[in-house]
This record gives sequence, structure tokens and C-alpha cells, in this order.
Amino acid sequence: MEPEDLNRRLEELKQRVNLIFKNIDCEAILNDVLRETPRTVLSKIIASGLSGRGGAGFPTGIKWQGAANADGKIKYVICNADEGEPGTFKDRQILDEEPDKVIAGMIICAHAIGAKEGYIYLRGEYAFLYRKLVSKCEEWNRFFLSNRNIDFTLFVRLGAGAYVCGEETALIESMEGKRGEPRNKPPLPVISGYKGCPTVINNVETLAYAVMIMSDGPEHFRSMGTKNSMGGKVFSISGDSPRKGVYELPLGMTLYEFVELLGDGDTKAVQVGGSSGTCVPRKKFADTIIGFEGVPTGGSMILFNSSRSMYHVLKNYLEFFQEESCGQCTPCRVGCQQLLKGIEAIRAGERPLSYLDRLRNLAVIMSVSSKCSLGQSLVNPFNSITGHFREEVCY
Amino acid sequence: MKTISMRINDIPVTVDEGATILDAAKKLDIRIPTLCHHEDLCVSGNCRVCVVEQKGARVLRSSCVVPAAEGMQIYTNNQKVREARRTIIELLLSEHAGECTSCYKSGNCELQSLAQEYLADGNAYINIADRTPLDISSPAIIKDDSKCIRCLRCVRTCSELQGVSALWRVNKGNKTKVATFMENPLHYVACMNCGQCVNRCPTGALTEKNYIEDVWQAIDHPDKHVVVQTAPSVRVALGETLGLEPGEVVTGKMVAALRRLGFDSVLDTDFTADLTIMEEGTELLTRLTFVLRDGKKVAVPMMTSCSPGWIKFIEHEFPSLLENLSTCKSPQQMFGAIAKTYYANKKGIDPAKIVSVSIMPCTAKKFEADRPEMKASGFKDVDFVLTTRELGHMIRQAGINFVALKDEKYDNIMGESTGAAVIFGATGGVMEAALRTAHEIVTGREAPFINLNIEPVRGMEGIKEASINLQGVKKDWSFLEGVELKVAVAHGLKNARKVMEQVNEGRSPYHFIEIMACPGGCIGGGGQPIPTNVEIRKKRAEAIYSADQSLPIRKSHENPEVQILYRDFLGEPLGHKSHELLHTHYTKRGLEFHMKSKKNQKQVIAC
Repeated sequence: MEPEDLNRRLEELKQRVNLIFKNIDCEAILNDVLRETPRTVLSKIIASGLSGRGGAGFPTGIKWQGAANADGKIKYVICNADEGEPGTFKDRQILDEEPDKVIAGMIICAHAIGAKEGYIYLRGEYAFLYRKLVSKCEEWNRFFLSNRNIDFTLFVRLGAGAYVCGEETALIESMEGKRGEPRNKPPLPVISGYKGCPTVINNVETLAYAVMIMSDGPEHFRSMGTKNSMGGKVFSISGDSPRKGVYELPLGMTLYEFVELLGDGDTKAVQVGGSSGTCVPRKKFADTIIGFEGVPTGGSMILFNSSRSMYHVLKNYLEFFQEESCGQCTPCRVGCQQLLKGIEAIRAGERPLSYLDRLRNLAVIMSVSSKCSLGQSLVNPFNSITGHFREEVCY
Repeated sequence: MKTISMRINDIPVTVDEGATILDAAKKLDIRIPTLCHHEDLCVSGNCRVCVVEQKGARVLRSSCVVPAAEGMQIYTNNQKVREARRTIIELLLSEHAGECTSCYKSGNCELQSLAQEYLADGNAYINIADRTPLDISSPAIIKDDSKCIRCLRCVRTCSELQGVSALWRVNKGNKTKVATFMENPLHYVACMNCGQCVNRCPTGALTEKNYIEDVWQAIDHPDKHVVVQTAPSVRVALGETLGLEPGEVVTGKMVAALRRLGFDSVLDTDFTADLTIMEEGTELLTRLTFVLRDGKKVAVPMMTSCSPGWIKFIEHEFPSLLENLSTCKSPQQMFGAIAKTYYANKKGIDPAKIVSVSIMPCTAKKFEADRPEMKASGFKDVDFVLTTRELGHMIRQAGINFVALKDEKYDNIMGESTGAAVIFGATGGVMEAALRTAHEIVTGREAPFINLNIEPVRGMEGIKEASINLQGVKKDWSFLEGVELKVAVAHGLKNARKVMEQVNEGRSPYHFIEIMACPGGCIGGGGQPIPTNVEIRKKRAEAIYSADQSLPIRKSHENPEVQILYRDFLGEPLGHKSHELLHTHYTKRGLEFHMKSKKNQKQVIAC
């Protein structure tokens, strides 16, 4: 396709979704929503098929319902703005451009589950957004919530820079002033979360979509995407792409189509879902769908062209993980180090090529025995990269 | 309570709600391996060795944390589980310096036995052990980071059981380690040397500093006269290191073994435990006289001073309350002081040639023996302190068939003791012994409890209280008539802190408080055989009380050798000689950083 065609096609796709960055009147929507019963709100969210946009894809409505049904006078809503996945930067843009939508999403959630307090847990590196969000929250507290006698207050908390604090239970520990590391589950946060109370933790994007579902109706949201991956998705495009940036696109595209639009014509692989996601090589582009039926993603799409060494890509990820593992459970703490040390040793000829198979098996065991999804998801990049680019990694 | 039915390895089992998969498996006598799990501590679920498969679950479940659920189907021993466990053990081995042949813990190492059980390959992965030099700064505990597997039992022990938090986890990811404040040497941080971490460390990362070779050298030295004393609680625990069940009293065998090891004189710390009661009981009555009769300002409640971990704790944490601490040395130090004066004199031996060795349930005693003030006789009161474990080691080294030994009796002088001294080994014991004697001094009658067993101060409850209404007192003590003597007993430093905070705020209703640093008192001491748990400690305590019951004399002031000691040497309790030899003073340490100088620090690390 010619560049003009590409641009036109991209523009067309963006227009087809256009929810997150669409201009709407949040107050008006909220006024309508708050007149509805929590039960109605819940059923709308469930009907929309919205699933968690942080990457794990848990059905949002079910999560809210869990917290709504949980016993407890005090309940909390937390907006997970600890966007730490390498290659992801869409939440930053949403928070920067559409903070009202995120806050409105929190208010809708609070209404649905009966929460009294809401927190935005902001990534440490996004401190430049802190003042803006605090003043936004104060505005909403003062001019909207207290005016209508709604018993719900918004706060902003700043993280300290640990990647693992994006994991919801680690985030709660961090908010409670403890070492940010994942808790044992069960209990799930919707039963016992922040300060032991039922807590809903949602990604920035999820909350923003909740507003759009209430405004445009669940059917509209369902009409986008595919049967298993409904709605749109905000992508962060980086790497070897002439069109790096944030795009809202429908779910369910094939990677082929995606690379055609956003690649530089020489894309050899795409890392879908950031460093803990899966690496898809060119030969698989055509039959890989972006969405829960294919490769799920939290939004990060990193494109690599033929000038990139996949060994260095993998090494870079492993270096990141060995530092960012919280260090409490054995498979993750030691496993990350062994995977890194292992590929270095193979490359240096200190270990035989067959050692890579032991490492691949180790990654699988890490995926079933680690405490949280950090250690569990490492198998995605490791086994996909070493599987598709074995020679690049070994030699 | 609601019950839950589930199946483990296709065997049905019913457990109470809230039980974990591990509990359910225990009920079926299925052993699931654990490392970070310890019965005394909160669940952690971080080692992942205890993983099991749950039918229908994507990931393996760690059985120590996941609660049993209705209809759950668990498999504890299939290919997937075995492979995961072996891999996890191999990962642990890769961050562990697997130098088993040179490791003090070899043979009593949980990682070693698990590796053996799962036929794990120690070289499966690249070794990444932390090669920080050993921390040998403390006279009591050696910390070897290269052996640490980050199970955090020590960290949880230090914070949950002791409320001290000298050890904490620092950094994250590949730099995660267990460290002291600012990674300073143990000796220079607020560590109480209680050794509870040593008792719970599954590997050789935390061990006591052993003085076995020094003691052998002293024994082998032709000119040295080596006296050994054995603490009350050693006799109920030593058997465990030598193949006997917890709770067996092995006093006679222990004496026989010590003689065979070559000690010149085998004596009993119990003797000075009785002496402690004489001094401390008198001190308590003196303080009460000052306060209740004379209206003078003297620090009350008085607190016991037998537990060196506790002493260091109060010096660090409550330096303003040091005046409340009894000035009595601990029985170990009293013994040392008397051995190098009275004993030397009686036996006609030059005190310079006496080597005083003690067998203790305790690692903090090693620190106590090294305190600069503990040499009132001109010689170091106690030269070497061995833990129960070290003694077990020496007995094995010497090739003694401990179980077959015939019972023997302690040597005299300083070998005689009473039931009151034996119970020093369990929490509440010092209090009970003191009350038996003090009540009789004041009223002329035995303490009003069945069989002299003061039950309210016994048992494993963290803080115990008791009170005695003093009736029909002797003429000298008339000011105590009708006074309700209130006492409290705490064990474990976390409980000690609660009692001390009460004292600090002036809300403490007590006259006398006994505090032991370790859970259960000395029977749960940091130098006692590994493993330890509530059941084992209860058995040791029962053994202590049965030993008390079986002795003919059960009150310290009736110990004939102690009476002779006062007649021939000391004069009277709290007399001039006593003050010189048996009493001590304390150091206000506070919590400020204790490194004297940077240079000092470097020397410590270098050696």
C-alpha cells in the first residue's frame, strides 16, 4: 500500500473506535449513571464484555460484582496507574489528556460496588502528572461529589518506582506502606484488598472505557472487536516503526494487518504485550490475532526490524526482570537470574547448546510455580524468542 | 465450625474451614516438603517447595498458604509436581554455596535433606551464591550470606517472635538479601544474640559461633583445670541431638558423658541458680522494704536478670529502665565468679589455671561471658560457652555411646541443687523459685500452692500474671502484712516489650517481673537442638517440672552447699563479697548506631 492509503486506512480504523479520546461531558454522563441502581450499572458493564485492559483480561463486570457482593462496610476503588511494562505508555497519555474520564470511571465503579474512597496509584516515574491529578481529584471532590452529597472521596498516591507494584496485591502492599510485593492469593482483593477491605483495582484504560460504555451503551462497545475480545484497545507502538505513538484501534486485527499499517516494511518480529508478552515472528503474522483468542496485550507493541539482534532483545528483558522481581519467591528470584546467566553462558560457549532446553523447561516451571504473574509470564518472551530465534540467541 | 470435604491423591479428607492444603495433607499423614514454612511463624509461601497440583487450576498451588476448599482435588506427588519441586530445589541450590563437607550445619540442614530426597542436581544451574565475606563480628552468631536461601524464617522470627527486627530483607530481585541495619556487622546493630534465628534457619546461613576446638584444647592442656557447668534446661534437650525423643531427662548420662570428654570437674549451674534466688529474692525484699516501709524512691517493679538476650534488649530498647533490673549476675556468671574464687580456694587450685566452661541453651550467653565487666575475681568468669548443640557435637566426636551411658552424679562442691533451680529452664521458673523462697522468708511458711507448684506462672502463654496475698508475716516483715504481691512473667522479647511499655508509662501494677528472651524460656533457647516448635518446647517444659518434682529439696534456701557457701565464704546475701562477685551493672546502649569508628568496622569485616 502507498503511504497515503496507509494513512487513510489508519485514520479509518481510529475513527471506527474513537472512544477514549472522544470529547464527552463526563458530568452529564455521571448524573445519568448515579440515577441508576448499582445493579443496573453492573449489568451494563457485564453486558459490554469489557475485560481488564492491563493485560490479564479479567472480566471487569465480574470483578465489580465480586466486590459489590463482598461483605464489608468500607470498600475501595483503586485506579492502577502504575504503568511499568516496558513499551507501554498509553496510560500516561490517557491520564494526561483524559483525567476526567478516568475519575468518572472510578465514580461509576464506586457507585456500582458501594465504595467510599478511591485512589489513583500513580507510577513513580509519572510524578510530573501528580500535581495535575491531585488538583483534578480535588476539583471533583469539591465541585461534584460533595455538591451532590455523594460519600466518595478521591486521592492520589505516588508509587516509588518498582515494576512489581503494578501487580494488584503488591500495589496494595505498597499503598499500605509496606514492601511492595505480591500477596498470597486467595483471598482476592475484591474480598480482602486495601486495609483488608473489598477493593476493585482497575487499569486506567478500563475505567475510561467504563465511562464510554455508560455513555454509548454496552451494545455499541460489544459491536467492536471480536467475539472474545470486545471493544477497542489503546496501543503503544514503539520500536522500528515510522508511526510510533498511541493509537486506539479495535481488537481482533491480525498482526499482518497491524504490521502493514505500522511497520517499516522490514519488520521481522513484534513483541506483543511488552517484555512479559509474546514475541511473534514474521512467519506467524498472518495467522495471529491481536486479542484474547490470539496474543493478548496490555497495549504494548514493540516492532523489531531485521537490524535487531533478538539475543540482545531477550537479554535486555531478562536484565530488567532479574532486577524487578520482588525477590520473595524462589522460581522468580532465582529463575530470572538463571535464564539471563544461562543465555550468556551459552553465547560465551561456557554451556552447551542443549542447556537452552533446560532453560526453556525452567521457564515453563516458573510459569506454574511462581507466586504472581511476574514470574509466571516470563515464559512468554523467553520461550517465544528462544523458540523462533534459537540461532540468534545461541550464536 | 464449618467443615470442608476434599480429596488428596484421591483419598477423601474432611478438615475445618480455614485449614490449608498442608494441614489437610498432614491429617492423611501425607508429608509435603516445606522450607519457608515454620509452625512458630506466619505463613509466607515464598519458597514454593510445597507446591501441589489442583485439578482444574492453571498453576500449581503452594500448599502452605492455599486454604482447603470444598470439592478440591489435590495431587501431591505426580510428575508435574515432582519436577517442579526438584527444579525449585535446584534453583535454591544454585544460590546456595553448597559446601556441605565444610558446613557446620551439614547433617541438620533442611535444604541438604530435601536435595537428597528429590535427587536434585546441585550443578544443574550456574551457581550465583552471594559471596559476601562471613560476618563473624558477633561472639554469638555467624552470618554466612552464601548459604542463605531467602526463606525469611530468620526475618519473621526476629520481627514476629522477638519484635526486634535486627534482621530484615533488603533490596529486591537479584539483590534480595537478609541484612542488618545498613548491612552493618551483627555485633554493631541492635541484635540481642538470642539465636532464635539460628534455631529456625533451614541451612547454615545463621549458626552459632562454636568454641568446640578451644574447649578441646583446654581439656588436652596438662596444666589446666577445666570445670564445666550445665544449665538447667540442657538436661531436658541434649538427648534430642543424640537420637532421643524430646522431653527425656538425661542429667545422669550428660554428667557421665562430660566426665568421659575429659572435664576435670563436672558441676551444675543449678547450684548458682539457687544462689541467684538467695541474692535476687533478698534484693526484691530489700527494694520492697525501701519502698513500702521507708517510703524511699527505689525502682520497682524489679525485673530478673538471668537472660542475657533480655539484658541486651532492655539496654537497647529501654535504657531508662535499667535501674529496675536486678543487679544479680546470671547463674552462669555467678558460677564463673565463684569457681575462680571459692572453688579454687577450697580445692587449692590456682585460679589462673582454671578454665571455666559452660553448657548453655543459649547463644546470648556467649556474648554475656565476653562482657568486660564479667571478671570481678580478676579472671574472666566464664571462658567458653558451648550450646547444647555444640555439646552434642563433642559427644559424637568423642565416640561416646550416649544412650548406653550409666547415670552418674555431679562432683562437689557446687554440684548440689534443688528443684527450684531446675525450673529456671522454663518460663516462669525463676519466678516460681523466687516465690517459694521469698514467701518462706517473709511468713515462715511454704508458699500456699498445692505441692509447691505455682501453676499460674507456668505454661506457654506469652504474658502470665499471679498474685499472692501475704498473710501472717513474721515480725521483721510486718509492713508486708496483707500486701498483695503482684508478679508477671513474660517470654519472647515481643511480650517483654509489651510489659516494658507498661512499666515505661508507669501503669505497671507489678512488684516483680520475670522475663526470658526466648519463647518458652531457656528450653526454647537459641542454643537448643534444632528443630523447635511449640510441641517440642512443651515436652521439654514437662520434663523440667517432672525433674523438679522428683528432687528431695525443692527450695533454693535449703540447698546445703549454698548454705555452706554463705557460711564459709560469702557471709550473707547482698553482703560485701556478694556485691563484689555476684552483682553487676549495665550499659545504656540505646538504639543509636553502635559502630565505634569506621576503622573498627573495617577490621571486623576483614577478620
